[in-house]
Amino acid sequence: MKKIAISKLNDLFSAISKEKVLYIPADDGANQARFTPWQEGLTLTDKLNTVRSAKDLFFPQVENLVNFKNSGKAIQIIENRTEPQPFVLFGVRACDCRSFDILDRVFLSDPVDTFYKTRREQGVVITLACNRPTETCFCGVFGIDGADPQGDVTCWMDEAALYWRANTEKGEALTAALPMLTDCAEEAIDPIAAKIRSILSKLPLNDLDLTGFNRDRMMELFNSPQWEDLSQSCLGCGTCTFVCPTCQCYDVQDFDDGQQVRRFRCWDSCMFSDFTMMAHGTNRPTQKERFRQRFMHKLSYFPNNNDGIFGCVGCGRCLQKCPIHMHIVKVAKALKEDLK
Amino acid sequence: MKHDPLIPMLGVVTAIRTDTPDVKTFRVTGADGQKPFIHIPGQCAMLSIPGVGEALFSITSSPTEETYLDFSIKKCGCVTAWLHQMEVGQQITIRGPYGNGFPVDTELTGKDLLFIAGGIGLAPLHAVINYCRHYRDRYGKIDIVYGSRSKQDLVDFPEITEQWCKESGINVHLTIDNPQPDWDGHVGFVPNYVKELNFDTAKTVLMCGPPIMIKFTLAGLMELGFSREQIYTTMELRMKCALGKCGRCNIGDKYVCKDGPVFRFDQLDELPDEY
Ligand SMILES: Cc1cc2nc3c(=O)[nH]c(=O)nc-3n(C[C@H](O)[C@H](O)[C@H](O)COP(=O)(O)OP(=O)(O)OC[C@H]3O[C@@H](n4cnc5c(N)ncnc54)[C@H](O)[C@@H]3O)c2cc1C
Ligand code: SF4
Ligand code: SF4
Ligand code: FES
Repeated sequence: MKKIAISKLNDLFSAISKEKVLYIPADDGANQARFTPWQEGLTLTDKLNTVRSAKDLFFPQVENLVNFKNSGKAIQIIENRTEPQPFVLFGVRACDCRSFDILDRVFLSDPVDTFYKTRREQGVVITLACNRPTETCFCGVFGIDGADPQGDVTCWMDEAALYWRANTEKGEALTAALPMLTDCAEEAIDPIAAKIRSILSKLPLNDLDLTGFNRDRMMELFNSPQWEDLSQSCLGCGTCTFVCPTCQCYDVQDFDDGQQVRRFRCWDSCMFSDFTMMAHGTNRPTQKERFRQRFMHKLSYFPNNNDGIFGCVGCGRCLQKCPIHMHIVKVAKALKEDLK
Repeated sequence: MKHDPLIPMLGVVTAIRTDTPDVKTFRVTGADGQKPFIHIPGQCAMLSIPGVGEALFSITSSPTEETYLDFSIKKCGCVTAWLHQMEVGQQITIRGPYGNGFPVDTELTGKDLLFIAGGIGLAPLHAVINYCRHYRDRYGKIDIVYGSRSKQDLVDFPEITEQWCKESGINVHLTIDNPQPDWDGHVGFVPNYVKELNFDTAKTVLMCGPPIMIKFTLAGLMELGFSREQIYTTMELRMKCALGKCGRCNIGDKYVCKDGPVFRFDQLDELPDEY
């Protein structure tokens, strides 16, 4: 265990950014926190979490995959990809850190998505324990511990100091380059962790019980009469999917800029009506089917394929942002009623 | 630099055949004149014209063809319309092969096979039929029921009449929806014809066609006494990546692009009815 005085955080950030590009959660001037490249003077936000999740850094909203040049009957394939710079993502919360495990299972499974993989290889994840979990947090449901997050390095903060524990080789290597971190006793974080756990234990949504959401109940869940009511007021705006750290659906689109055709990958949403549109119609004709797809994927299909790991990390973003106040906890509780 | 599966390779269209008013068959090789990759019958590939888009098509040629891949493509939107107006020598991009394909070297060997196709649905079965013809002694009797709106809409008509129909051990049963002067064959919809033909239930069925044909033919086969474990079909859903990642073709805990597109009906019964 290492530590550094809060008053010296600027020195720490400055030293990290000499090694690699450093992103920290900072206020954007519009009362929202975002991961922002650090530069002299940028300070940590005191908000609990960023509006957009940390997945942006590994799976960006838009990315140029490849370019082409058409001339007559000939096509030239222009592989213009640049390798990502090594970077450090500081201040990732426990929930978002778990979301990388979920995205890994999608993008690193065969055939490997090399765009995602190189970013994962180049990125060092430094998590920060959540001092003030809030009522929309339910990470505990998924066995995530906000008081002791994963990551290459785990940090805790109190008024006086930032505590630092390297967990992986990558984390050790970074630590070795930061001489301003001084040794301290493991027990230093105990009071911080205890305080966090006492808040976590009182959170209203942390009692969500997902036992019974097994493979053999998939069809029962799918056919639940609850979907009708639950989906009724969904606007299909897709906000929930865009802020979600585990949503990974994407689209591929070409854009002709006059010189070249640029092929992009961009986020998409199963909540959109054209997501599955085909020449002979769509297999999810109403918002009911689309809504059901999002939640069934997270609560049933994904865990069925991934050793029971749910496709939600309880970050609470969809609870905070949905214009009709619909969210996965409401859905899971309603479905659970039916399972009895 | 690592090669990403989303980044295609170059292909060249070396021949174009007009099959029907809205279906053409394209012969594709790599830019080096070689076959772009080796596939299993029933697998697909992503073809693209940069700036127009990318779309997934069944490979209609048998893997036993050593130098090229064929695609039978129905004109129905941007990419397909563009492909239909291009000329021989045009370069395109190609990536694949995708999907599971038919179990030609396992579950299907030694079986009597019944192929049932409607319209462009012959495309994926065409590869299997020609594979089975190539390795004729590995399979039992072959029956092929193929139907279309009209005689003009039957894809691969010359190959069917001049090759398939003339081979021993292969019975071809063609049908069209409505009578026409230059047609002396069967007239009527595929599902009814299948029932009329009253096939023995020892056969393994491979079926592909429009959803409505599949639905009624399946019902007919069940009436004849076939079981769902004996019937294979291919599923068609909107696809973008064909890698099991973009989420588009997800049905239940399957990704049709990767776990399919070939499924047996007993496997489909375990999935939500969302296709
Ligand atoms: C596993 C699989 C195998 C296929 N094999 C063949 C084949 O052998 N021959 C063939 O002609 N076609 C095949 N298709 C269908 C083919 O992919 C679509 O016709 C094609 O994507 C349409 O592209 P487009 O750009 O011309 O149409 P677009 O301009 O994109 O769209 C025109 C219309 O087609 C719809 N559309 C888009 N994607 C699909 C899709 N995947 N299926 C159906 N409609 C779609 C659009 O929503 C729109 O309504 C296959 C599809 C799948 C999933
Ligand atoms: S579903 Fe909602 S709570 Fe769960 S990970 Fe996504 S945004 Fe967070
Ligand atoms: S659940 Fe809410 S955020 Fe998600 S699409 Fe529906 S209205 Fe939008
Ligand atoms: S087409 Fe992308 S997951 Fe199947």
